[in-house]
Amino acid sequence: MTRAAFQALWSHWRRHPIQLLTLVIGLALATGLWIGVQAINAQARASYDQAAAALGQDSLPRITGPLTLTDFARARRAGLAVTPIVDDRLPRSRLRLLGIDPFTAPGGSPGTPDLSGAGDLTGFLTGDLIFVSPDVVDALPPGLPPARILPDLAPGIVLADIATAQAILGSEAISHLLVTGAAPVDLATVLPGTVLEAPVAGTDVSRLTDSFHLNLTAFGLLAFAVGLFIVHAAIGLAFEQRRPLFRTLRALGLSSGRLTGLLAAELVALTILGGTLGIILGYLVAAALLPGVAATLGGLYGAQVAGGLSLSPLWWLTGFAMAGAGLALAGGQSLWQLARLPVLAPAMPRAWARARSAAIRRQGLGGLALLVVAAAFGALGQGLLAGFACLGALLIGAALLLPPILTAVLDVGARMAKGPIAQWIWADTRQQVPGLSLALMALLLALAANIGVGTMVGSFRTTFTGWLDQRLASELYLTAADEAEAASLLADLEGRVTAILPIVSAEVTLQGAPADLFGVADHATYRDNWPLLEAVPDLWERLAAGEGALVNEQAARRSDLWPGSTVDLGPAGAYPVLGVYSDYGNPRGQAILGLPAFDAAFPQTPRLRFALRLPQDQVTAVQDDLAARFDLPPERLVNQAQIKAFSLSVFEQTFAVTAALNILTLGVAAFALWASLTTLAGMRLPQIAPVWALGLTRRRLALADPGRALALAGATAILAVPVGIALAWVLLAVVNVQAFGWRLPLLPDPSGWIWLGLWALIAAGLAAALPAWRLWRLPPAQLVKVFAHER
Amino acid sequence: MLLTVRDVEKSFTTADGNQPVLRGVSFDLEAGRTLALTGESGSGKSTLLHLVAGLDAPDGGQIVVDGADIAKLDDPGRAALRRGTVGLIFQQFNLIPSLDVAANLTFHARLAGRPVPEIGPLADRLGLTDHLSRYPEQLSGGQQQRVAIGRTLAARPKLVLADEPTGNLDEATGDAMMALMHDMVAETGASLLMVTHSDRLAAMLDARLHLRSGQVDMPQAAPRTGTAGA
Repeated sequence: MTRAAFQALWSHWRRHPIQLLTLVIGLALATGLWIGVQAINAQARASYDQAAAALGQDSLPRITGPLTLTDFARARRAGLAVTPIVDDRLPRSRLRLLGIDPFTAPGGSPGTPDLSGAGDLTGFLTGDLIFVSPDVVDALPPGLPPARILPDLAPGIVLADIATAQAILGSEAISHLLVTGAAPVDLATVLPGTVLEAPVAGTDVSRLTDSFHLNLTAFGLLAFAVGLFIVHAAIGLAFEQRRPLFRTLRALGLSSGRLTGLLAAELVALTILGGTLGIILGYLVAAALLPGVAATLGGLYGAQVAGGLSLSPLWWLTGFAMAGAGLALAGGQSLWQLARLPVLAPAMPRAWARARSAAIRRQGLGGLALLVVAAAFGALGQGLLAGFACLGALLIGAALLLPPILTAVLDVGARMAKGPIAQWIWADTRQQVPGLSLALMALLLALAANIGVGTMVGSFRTTFTGWLDQRLASELYLTAADEAEAASLLADLEGRVTAILPIVSAEVTLQGAPADLFGVADHATYRDNWPLLEAVPDLWERLAAGEGALVNEQAARRSDLWPGSTVDLGPAGAYPVLGVYSDYGNPRGQAILGLPAFDAAFPQTPRLRFALRLPQDQVTAVQDDLAARFDLPPERLVNQAQIKAFSLSVFEQTFAVTAALNILTLGVAAFALWASLTTLAGMRLPQIAPVWALGLTRRRLALADPGRALALAGATAILAVPVGIALAWVLLAVVNVQAFGWRLPLLPDPSGWIWLGLWALIAAGLAAALPAWRLWRLPPAQLVKVFAHER
Repeated sequence: MLLTVRDVEKSFTTADGNQPVLRGVSFDLEAGRTLALTGESGSGKSTLLHLVAGLDAPDGGQIVVDGADIAKLDDPGRAALRRGTVGLIFQQFNLIPSLDVAANLTFHARLAGRPVPEIGPLADRLGLTDHLSRYPEQLSGGQQQRVAIGRTLAARPKLVLADEPTGNLDEATGDAMMALMHDMVAETGASLLMVTHSDRLAAMLDARLHLRSGQVDMPQAAPRTGTAGA
């Protein structure tokens, strides 16, 4: 009996293959996009952990500050168990250069090279051998010593002896000293001006990239939710259409429990099918997006992520779990109703859609409540989680409110319509809202996400470009190898440039946290261009006089340092805050002192970096001349335009993945709309047939369908604009501030919204085209059957 | 002659092959007359009604409604015929679910471009005064059929086609509906072609045409044969 009943239940899918396809594709899309995003995140996090674990840097305390090998020697002589590390970006590449001392480096940790081979140690010490991770062999810039692959080295790392690394970087500085033994007791005496930092859970990179991955996760979740809307609609309809069958099976003696069990088994089978397809799709999505994500993370945070993707058993399990959870969520309600269904409950496939209209009112109230919750989180919430809770409540609340709003608008339209056909179209459209509501909600979410993220990226781009113009006001940026070369260069530049502005910096603590301190000259370049957010009167005069300091926005927000307060700059002393400036893309705190005050605090800091002001038409000539005569590599004499171009390319790359996910989500929503319209088209014959019988042609009826879909999509797009703007505000004013420490102005882009609206209309038109075409070509006999069948 | 049906044939393709439903049916109906169409299930009554309404096209023969040969009309032409000349009343009422009772009542008349009757007296006559703002699904079967009758007759068609209009109603409600329809048809001067299983209801009309296996069953059509008003 069970087998016969199962066959009867499955026969529904044989007769409704498109419905089955819709369900499976919806489930596969939901699972696939979620799994794809999770795979990217997992791959990236694994790479961060591997990088952090290199040479045990994630577990050992470190000494930071202005350090050279002399300091290392002094520390060793004082009995400190430390090892020097150079950790910087490899010139002319995006790779990370790690310089180590093989004699004092901690052994046994991932990435420690094996130098026991004949001649290996000598080669390493003399700069004739370096080690690289497997993924960077083809990306090495020219001019490096011979490289050997070290399989367990984290992605994107080049490992060299510390002297070799310093030679490559053209600097005698070391980044920090790792403490391999007991913590130093009297550090200030042995190495004055340095700071001991304890090892912390997670790496700088993983903390920096957390918000990026959180963004990806949010998008994955959004796509999952949109996909589930499709599944929910398809399952709900399939259950409703099979009610007569359920009734018959129950009447023939199948118990309610067994029927529910069979349908649950059906859901499991669909889970396996949809889950498998979803995992394959997720793998493809991850494989397609991972190179972009890796490039973004490399460009934005200097984080290296392996480009290869491995399909772990955990993936399969997660995929099936998500597909199963999705189906349980989407089909649970139907199963619950079925379990409580009286044997003789009538089949009501048409009433199904209308019955939901009662629920729409409750849904509207729920939506309003969620918007209140979102407003409360936005106004009062603290932290990144509150920001995302605000986002979630805003999006779900707006989606829940959409059907009641559409219904109300269509109701007014129906009342104001003049002709009978217009009146019918308005009223009929209103009646379709419950059946289309899930797809329209999915469309609203996708459009709002597009508008919100698009506005955020646009605001970011405009602000960032303007900020770059302000921050990079000088025409050339010069770095000398040492003070002697600096003196020669400055002598040579005498009379050829209008100003030479030294750039000096030191590592300090700002309110106890590691930060960078800069000294700036009193010059119009800063007065005219520096991107100030808040400032006291006569700021530049007071800064030059050493009466205070500027702090960047991140430090100001983190430590509540605004004009009027005092900032503690550790070894440099405490200063009144004179102003706050924007400093996008920098995760660290930063402060600025006038040059005399900086020199007084750090008299030993060499002046090696300079900003050069000169007429624009002489930039190329001076750059080429200096580079040729002083044999300066490109990274030591940089044109302002080159820095801007590089910064902007990094910026564009950063949001390439977000744009791809945006498009994917919109695609899923368009599919949801198509699936709903196609499904409803089959159910709508009994509603259309009487109108046709009263004298409306099939052509006219068919033309009304795309018009209806366009109207609903258009109304949804219009409603998506305020939701998207609210989303952008939350991203810019809440999430960004929490994640990055800076706040951006919201700059609306109405032309972008219009384009998006047009795309939504095109998607809706295409989604409605096939059902409309079918209606147009529908043989009259099919419509007549509506009257005949109901006898 | 308002309606002329000559040698009409219609068949449907099924899994068992081509199944003839109507085999050379002929009859006439004069303006202002009423004709009952009776017969066993599957005898082709509803198919014939649908053909006369222009809902489907015959395979052979001729159907002329108010001077228009249905076979020669294209889809818009048949739609115009249904809008302007014909009024349909179905067993399942087939009201427009998205419109309320008031809108349903006037819908056909407005579609046909006819003067819209005053809704108050019409609703009063139909006993629907308290239900004008309700939707079809909120009405009983009898109330829905009253809306269907009102909708058709408000449009003042020349030919009313009713397909078992009381088939879903109890006998008392059915009789009341029948009386209402009969009176209103008489008032508007329309002709009525009604499919019914009921001899009692058929006897209330001017003539009866009995179909058997897709053909006019002449003996049972007596005393007034297939021509109403001839």
